Amino acid sequence: MIITETWYLVLSAALFSIGTAGLLSRRNPLVMFMCVELMLNAVNLTFVAFSNALDDLAGYTAVFFVLVVAAAEVVVGLSIVVALLRRQPSASVDDFSELKG
Amino acid sequence: MLEAAWLIPALPLAGFVALVLVGRRLGEPLAGWLATSVMAGSFLATLTVFVGLVAEPAEERFFIQKIFTWVPSGSFSVDIGFLVDPLSITMCLFITGIGTLIHLYSVGYMHGDPNFSKFFLYLNLFAASMLLLVLGDNLLVTFLGWEGVGACSYFLISFWFTDEANASAGKKAFVTNRIGDFGYMIGMFLLFNAIGSIRYADILTSAEAGAISTGFATAIVLVFMLAAAGKSAQIPLFVWLPDAMAGPTPVSALIHAATMVTSGIYLLTRLNPVLAIAEPWSTNVVAWIGALTALVAALAAIGQTDIKKVLAYSTVSQLGYMFLAVGLGGYIPAIFHMVTHAFFKALLFLGSGSVIHGVHDEQDMRRMGGLARFMPITAGTFIIGWLAIAGVPPFAGFWSKDEILLYAWNEPGLNGKLLWAIGLLTALLTAFYMTRQVILTFFGRVRFFDAHQDEIDAAFGQRVVAAETQAAEAETAVASAREAVEKAEADVAKRSEAIDKAAADLTSAREALEAGDPADEKAYGKLTKAVDKAEKAGPKAEDALAKAQAKLADAVGAATEATQAAGALRAQIDKVAAQRADAPAVPDHVTAFTPAPDVEAFEEHLPESYHKRREYHPHESPWTMTLPLIVLAGLSIVGGGLNLPFTSDLHFLGHWLEPALFGNEAHGSATAATKVMLAVIAVAVGVVAIVSAFAVYLRGKADPAKIERDELGMAIHYDKGLAAFMGGPGRSLFDGFALFDKGVVDGAVNGVATGVRQLGQGLRVLQPGFVRQYALGLVGGVVVVVAALVLRLFA
Repeated sequence: MIITETWYLVLSAALFSIGTAGLLSRRNPLVMFMCVELMLNAVNLTFVAFSNALDDLAGYTAVFFVLVVAAAEVVVGLSIVVALLRRQPSASVDDFSELKG
Repeated sequence: MLEAAWLIPALPLAGFVALVLVGRRLGEPLAGWLATSVMAGSFLATLTVFVGLVAEPAEERFFIQKIFTWVPSGSFSVDIGFLVDPLSITMCLFITGIGTLIHLYSVGYMHGDPNFSKFFLYLNLFAASMLLLVLGDNLLVTFLGWEGVGACSYFLISFWFTDEANASAGKKAFVTNRIGDFGYMIGMFLLFNAIGSIRYADILTSAEAGAISTGFATAIVLVFMLAAAGKSAQIPLFVWLPDAMAGPTPVSALIHAATMVTSGIYLLTRLNPVLAIAEPWSTNVVAWIGALTALVAALAAIGQTDIKKVLAYSTVSQLGYMFLAVGLGGYIPAIFHMVTHAFFKALLFLGSGSVIHGVHDEQDMRRMGGLARFMPITAGTFIIGWLAIAGVPPFAGFWSKDEILLYAWNEPGLNGKLLWAIGLLTALLTAFYMTRQVILTFFGRVRFFDAHQDEIDAAFGQRVVAAETQAAEAETAVASAREAVEKAEADVAKRSEAIDKAAADLTSAREALEAGDPADEKAYGKLTKAVDKAEKAGPKAEDALAKAQAKLADAVGAATEATQAAGALRAQIDKVAAQRADAPAVPDHVTAFTPAPDVEAFEEHLPESYHKRREYHPHESPWTMTLPLIVLAGLSIVGGGLNLPFTSDLHFLGHWLEPALFGNEAHGSATAATKVMLAVIAVAVGVVAIVSAFAVYLRGKADPAKIERDELGMAIHYDKGLAAFMGGPGRSLFDGFALFDKGVVDGAVNGVATGVRQLGQGLRVLQPGFVRQYALGLVGGVVVVVAALVLRLFA
């Protein structure tokens, strides 16, 4: 059985959907974070798949950018999440709505 | 030598800064000497520049000294720069020259003032501003000076600001001038709009190249005329100048006669290229405003009693002459009259200041008279000033005024003849009111020591009040005595009744005794006792009656006495009232020999101010004050020599100023015979006025009350009418403006704020603070975008 790009794309779409659904349904900030990572890596998978299929380096390059951005996001995001949870260990994200309009 | 131009305004400015820093420490008289010496330095600098300018060929006498770029703004840039040309240097010469003299004079005049150094600080700042005004090479620098002199004028009018009247006079001048400044700014904007520059050099070239349309030029002339009318106190804005006399007299001489008030005429002269291309009717408006102001102010001057107010209205009137000349295109006679007027009006003002100084701050001419014998130098120089302003040849005023009248006569048609007639009538009035002033101040009987009306009133007032209090007391005593009499009478009546009752009781007791049964011993004894008692009561009651009657007689006597005393006091009051009715009233209108009010009968009752004045000696002023008078008197005699009309070679000032006028000077075609005729008419009119003033005020041939009408004294109710208008319909107009401002202008601003706030309130809903909701929004958006892309792919 030849594993074509379609497989990768389907996998990527599935991962992305799982991530989206998780992000929308879960309330624990840490889990939501993980869902975001899932979505980012789903996209990475698409990049790699296309890059391989089209024999173009641009996709690989984009992946590096995404990784760097994701790393940066983790640094900021995790520290916020940790700070929030330290204040209120059992918190859900809906409890943090002080900055509402 | 032209490079010294920057020193001219810089020196007084340096003096100002020095006085700000150390003026108080220098004190009197050093601060004054410092201020005077920087002015003298400025005068020397002006002389240097003047000599340098004379050395240049006539057509190259136009030198611009740029100090630095003040407002660099795109294609528009304004320099702090000085324009040195015959016009500005002529102005600088008399500003610094007369300024130095007036500074010197002030050292004497302000002697003993607690704010001595502050006065000189303002005076130096004024001089710097004024020099900036005339030397500025563009309208903005001139405007800087324009506002500077306005501010200094305000400071100095209200210099003695503790008096409410002085403070409000300053405010009046300031506010009135704001209206003119509004015109100045509009004019600047219009000029910038027309040619993109406000430098005089550019204005000249643009005007000559025809870059300013006639309509624009006309509008510019009209708004600058408003500006000039404010500063130079012309109709409709002249009301502030007579009030400005509240300031110290050197200020009146320097600012409100010689320099600042001429800046309007200077401005219009400076803008002569624009005036030349404007519609002729607009310059004609300038001429008519000048002529009417000259006439109205001269009429008002006749009715004034304050020595300085006469000169103030006279200044307004003479400035009207200059306006007239400018309107007719006669810039040279305007500047000529400006210079000679600066000489003789400064002289007259300083002379009046010397008089005021010498008679202990008295300003009412009706209380002067005969002062020539106390202050001969002041009187002599004042008389020279009088001859100069009255147009008596060969004094300075004659030549310049005649020149202006000649220009009016040269104007074609009825217009010119009317203007000439008004000018001539004004000349007549001028000679009249100035003669009146000289006679009332320096000749005739010395009225300084006379009792004032308010002192006479006070003398009687006090006595009447005292007598009336006594009379009231006496009348109270009479009333109480009468009451006592009534009481005593009532007492007598009561006692008489008691006697009657006692007699009746006795009779009834006797009857009862006779009727009684002697057998009943007990009852009979009682009745006998009652008869005894009743018999005794009779004499007792009679005693009481006699006593009461004696009391009544006493009371009546006291009442009579009190009534007599009250009557005597009433009689005394009547006597004082009669004396008061007989007392001489001080007349409202006096001539040189109006007799003094006869106060001998009640002299000892006059208030202290009267007795103090009797001991005061009018005196001549110190040399610091008389020296400037002598110098100015000399200038007033020979000032006419600047521009003698006989041959073209003698038009010194005319030839000198010509390069600054660029051929825009009007040229008349009057023949020599006409000129002579006009001069003869003018002199004849002046002589008639002087002679008639002598007849009225020295010889008493006519009642001055008939001449000094109240409506003249109040400047034909102009001021009052203006106040009534501004308080009535004007007020509602301004209320309307305020309403517009509040409703529309503020409404727009507040409306924007309210709108933004409401928009924000609406948008708040979109920011619930729930992260998952935002994520849902994002996902929804992605779905929509992807759906759109997919649809496009298949469409």
